Amino acid sequence: MTSTTETTDVASDVLVRCRGLHFRQGNRAIYQGIDVDIRRGKVTAILGPSGTGKTTLLRLIGGQWRPNAGTVVFDGIDVHKAGRKSLYDLRKRMGMLFQNGALLTDLTVFENVAYPIREHAELPESMVRDLVLMKLQAVGLRGARDLYPEELSGGMARRVALARAIALDPDMVMYDEPFTGQDPISMAVLIKLIRTLNESLGLTSVVVSHDIKEVLSIADYAYVISGGKVLGEGTPDQIRNSESAFVRQFLNGEPDGPIAFHYKAAPYADDLLGVHS
Amino acid sequence: MSGLLQVLGNFLSGLGQSVFFLLQILRVTPAALLQPRLISRQLYMLGVLSMIIIVISGVFIGMVLALQGYRTLVRFGASESLGVFVALVIIRELGPVVTALLFAGRAGSSLAAELGLMRATDQLSAMEMMAVDPIQRVIAPRFIAGLIAMPLLSMIFAVMAIGVAGGHAVGVELLGVDAGSYWSAIRGSVEFVDIRDSLIKSLVFGFAVSWIAVYQGYTAAPNAEGVSRATTSTVVVSSLAILALDFVLTAFMFN
Repeated sequence: MTSTTETTDVASDVLVRCRGLHFRQGNRAIYQGIDVDIRRGKVTAILGPSGTGKTTLLRLIGGQWRPNAGTVVFDGIDVHKAGRKSLYDLRKRMGMLFQNGALLTDLTVFENVAYPIREHAELPESMVRDLVLMKLQAVGLRGARDLYPEELSGGMARRVALARAIALDPDMVMYDEPFTGQDPISMAVLIKLIRTLNESLGLTSVVVSHDIKEVLSIADYAYVISGGKVLGEGTPDQIRNSESAFVRQFLNGEPDGPIAFHYKAAPYADDLLGVHS
Repeated sequence: MSGLLQVLGNFLSGLGQSVFFLLQILRVTPAALLQPRLISRQLYMLGVLSMIIIVISGVFIGMVLALQGYRTLVRFGASESLGVFVALVIIRELGPVVTALLFAGRAGSSLAAELGLMRATDQLSAMEMMAVDPIQRVIAPRFIAGLIAMPLLSMIFAVMAIGVAGGHAVGVELLGVDAGSYWSAIRGSVEFVDIRDSLIKSLVFGFAVSWIAVYQGYTAAPNAEGVSRATTSTVVVSSLAILALDFVLTAFMFN
């Protein structure tokens, strides 16, 4: 008996199925029952305001965090019921691009990309070198192989992290806020890379972002999350034409609306007059 | 009262978590031992880079001990016993204890800061997502290296404090104690048991400091304050642990 749970959608086009996810951090409820499907071969966008728990979803899918309730099923295997070995085997099939790159600072660009290959595949050094150079060529940074992370710009660091994320030829790559803090050129490069790699490597991509225009330009399907719930979902066109007041506020960047400008507080006059509730 | 209970609860919870963390380290230690390159790199970072402070401290502590010891012993016409005084104090107590305190300040704090920053910059999470166990690849080599480095540093400290640059320089060269008496008294009085107990102490201190440092660093909150807290806690908790353990070990060793 294995610690995995086989489900009926092994053969379906859904690679990751999240159902009824509840997650709390301290006293704060991050998720209050969300359902998300990540379809094979597609780019799925997870949109939402800052602090809404978009990154949390990636950590739950990757099995780094455990939900309070609900399931995450990756290719028929329940991530949070998988044993340690099964979980690590699953993670070899998931690449993740962290917001800040998360490159190992004591290793060069080359060594960073080679790291997962050396850890998991006993290949001759010449083959490791070829593989790393191919991954670096794919992100346009073959010439930067000898640089250390501190010598890279933010955009370059993310591209190196992307090369590392695809080093083991995963089924899925998760991108955590890939466009944050990028100049227009770096952003355009990353947008192109995400779409191109998805097509050429036959990947499934999950892009967590609040850069709506950019992410909708490459997504096949999108979820809008806020307040612990999925408030809208659909194709980019459906999202753009959504009638939901929240989705409209989010898309148009309006300062006030369903998400109030003011953080929940006692009445202003009471506060000024020192009346304690 | 409830505040006191909460503090006690937090302490016990932290203790339980750190013991669980230690068990995780011990579980992967055999696998980590098969990665000597990682361990030797950490031996350099924790051991070799700590040598300067250990050597200089050993020299000065040895010199001060010789001065103080001579002042007292000469009153009783026992200045030839200076070597025994310096050697036994260093080997039995100051060697392992001062080395461990310095090790906690120099290597323990850097270990906690490094791991805290790795946590804050998602490097540990990235390893987990690459299906690489950070406890085996990052924590265990540092823990093992700390365990190996401490007894070696303690021995270097003792040699510097007792030997040419420390007690000997002041006692023999400066105060005129006969060199033959200085060394023969040491040979006659320092027994194997003293050296064995000294090594046991430094091994236990190395275990405690390395455990505390890797735990504090690994569990640091992923922000600047968290890293700061981790380094401070490492030095404070390690220092207290060293002093408490020293009392317990000394009590056992001298029955």
